[in-house]
Amino acid sequence: MPREQIIADLKAAGLVGRGGAAFPTGVKWEGAAKEIQARAVPAGEATGYIICNADESETGTFKDRILMERDPHRLIEAMIIAAHAVAANRGIIYVRGEYPLAFTRLSDAVEDARANQLLGINILNSGLEFDIEMRAGAGAYVCGEETALMESIEGRRGEPRVKPPFPTTHGLFGKPTVINNVETLANVPGIVMNGPRWYRQWGTERSPGTRLVCLSGSVRKPGLYEISMGLPLRSLIFNLGGGMARGRTLQAALVGGAAGAFLTPQQMDVPMDFQSLTAVGATFGSGAVMVFDDSVALWSVMRGITKFFAHESCGKCFPCQLGTQRQMEIVARAASGQGRSGDHDALIALGQTMRDASLCGLGQTAASALLSALDKKLVQAP
Amino acid sequence: MSPVTLAINGQTVTVPAGTTIREAARTIGVDVPTVCYHPHFTANSLCRVCVVEMERSRVLVPACSRAVENDMVIFTDSPRVRLSRRTILELMHSAVDLSQAPEIMALLREYQADDGRFAGVGETLAVAQRDLPLHDDNAMYIRDYSKCILCWRCVQACGTDIQYTFALSLGGRGFQTRVATYFDAPIPETTCVYCGNCVAACPTGALKGKREWLIEQGKPLEPMPLGPKRRRRRADGEHLDLLDDRGHR
Repeated sequence: MPREQIIADLKAAGLVGRGGAAFPTGVKWEGAAKEIQARAVPAGEATGYIICNADESETGTFKDRILMERDPHRLIEAMIIAAHAVAANRGIIYVRGEYPLAFTRLSDAVEDARANQLLGINILNSGLEFDIEMRAGAGAYVCGEETALMESIEGRRGEPRVKPPFPTTHGLFGKPTVINNVETLANVPGIVMNGPRWYRQWGTERSPGTRLVCLSGSVRKPGLYEISMGLPLRSLIFNLGGGMARGRTLQAALVGGAAGAFLTPQQMDVPMDFQSLTAVGATFGSGAVMVFDDSVALWSVMRGITKFFAHESCGKCFPCQLGTQRQMEIVARAASGQGRSGDHDALIALGQTMRDASLCGLGQTAASALLSALDKKLVQAP
Repeated sequence: MSPVTLAINGQTVTVPAGTTIREAARTIGVDVPTVCYHPHFTANSLCRVCVVEMERSRVLVPACSRAVENDMVIFTDSPRVRLSRRTILELMHSAVDLSQAPEIMALLREYQADDGRFAGVGETLAVAQRDLPLHDDNAMYIRDYSKCILCWRCVQACGTDIQYTFALSLGGRGFQTRVATYFDAPIPETTCVYCGNCVAACPTGALKGKREWLIEQGKPLEPMPLGPKRRRRRADGEHLDLLDDRGHR
C-alpha cells in the first residue's frame, strides 16, 4: 500500500493518540513523513525514528501492559507500517522499567520478527529497512512525556524539552520522529487492513473507534474493558463493572488517572468520548477510571495524588518544581483537619498557575484532580 | 528571512522571523518580566515568569523562547498572566532566600506577592525550605544553595554555553533538585578551572567570590590555603593537571 494511502486512511479513520493528548495520528505521521522527505541522509544513517511510548505510568492505567504482554507482535507490525509510511528506518520501544514481563515478551517478539526477516535491512525483500531497539525506563513518571523520554534515550536527565519544535521535526537525536502510545499503535494494523469505514463502525462521529478503559476501585468486576467510544460512564461502572462492590454507594469516579478529573454520581450519564468528557471538564486521558465509594475519605486520595506529583516532578520548570511541593503540603494539612484560612484560594491559584504556566503535561495536570474535587465540593478547604 | 506580523496587546508588530515574543514586545516598548532568562545563555524557559497569553493556545507560552509566528495574538499582561507570575514569585519566595536578589524582590513588589500564602506558620504548618548547606570548599568562591533558584545559568556557563568544563551539573529532582558536582565532590576535586563565569552569572548571590563573602561575614582576609589538590600549568604550558601540594599528580 502506498505510504500516502496509509496516512490518508489513518486520517479518515479519525484515529487520535491514546496516551492522553488525543493528537490526530495521521497528522503526526504526515508531519514526520514530510520532514524526512525534505532531508537528505547518507546511506546507513538514521532517516527518522518510530518510537513506541510504552512508559505507561499513569495511576490506575494498565492497558498498555496487557497489550504488550498478550499481543506484542501487533505493536511490531504497527511500527513496521509506521516506518514504511513515513520512511523512517529506526525504531525504539521504550518500556516502563517496572514492566519486566512486557519487556521480555516484546524483546522475544522483536527477535522473532528479525529471524523471520520482518525486521532488518531488507524486510521480506521489499527494500524496506527498519529495525527496533528495546529500551527500558528507570522508573520516572515524567519519562512518559515524549520529549523527556527522548532525553532519557539520549542519556540525559529525564526532563521535557520546550516545544515547539515538535518531535515530528526535531525528535530523537534531532531526527524527525513519530512517537505513539502503545494503544494508538495497536489500532493501526486493523485500520490499514480493513479501512477507515470498518473502524468507524464503532464510536461516535467525532470520537471514532474503540477505547481501552482500565476500571478499578470499588466495583464488582474491575479490569480492562474495550468499549465503543460514547458508552455512558454509568454503563461502564454498573453494567460492565457489575456495579458497586460490597453494596456501597458511589461517591465519585476519577477519570483519566491522577492527571484526570473527578466526576460525581450526578454526572454518570456522560458518554465516554473525547468531546463529551471535555464538555464536563474531564478528560479521557490514559483511559483509567477509578471508582470510589462512600466509605473513602477523598482528602486521603488527594493526599496520595498530590504526593505522587511532588515525587515525580522533574524539577525543571519553577511552577511544577515548587507548586507540586506546596500543593502536597497544603493538602496534607487539610487532610488532617489542620487547614488554615486562605488554603482554598491558595490551592486554586496554585492549580491554575501550574495548569497554565508549567512546561509539560505533568505540571499542567498536577492539579487537575484536586481542582475538579474542589470545584464539585467533593473536598473542601478553609 | 521574511518579516513576521503579529499583534501584541492590541498593537500590530512586524519583526524578522526568528525573533522571540519577548524581543518583539520590546520593539513597542512592552517589557515582559523574566527571572531565569539571560541574553548570553540558551533560553530554557524554566522560571515561567515570562509567560504570556496567546489566542487559541490552551496554556500560556514562554515569551523568552517562543518565536513569533504570523497572526499570533499575544497579551503580555492579562489577569491570567498576572496570576501565574504572582503565584510563581510567591512560590519562589516561600522556598528560597531572595534577600540578595533585588530584581526578583522588585518583581515581588510589582506583582503584590503575598509573603505568607505558601510559607509555613507554626510547627504543624511547617513547609519545606530549600535547606541546603553552604559549600566553602575552595579558595575562590562559595556556593550557598539556600539562595539558589535553579535558573541553571551556572551549569550552562560551566557547560556548553561558555566554558565546556562540566564541573557543575544538576542532582535530585522535583523540589529536591539542586545544582551539584558529580558525586557531590568538593570543587577542588572536580574539573573546575576557576574561570568565574558561574559566579558572574548567578542572579541571587548563591555563588559568590570568596573574598566578597569573607568581607560580608566580617571574617579576616587571610590568604586562604588552596585545597588538597590544585591546578598547575605543566612545564610545556599545554596541559592543566591536577597536582597535590607536593607536585604529584
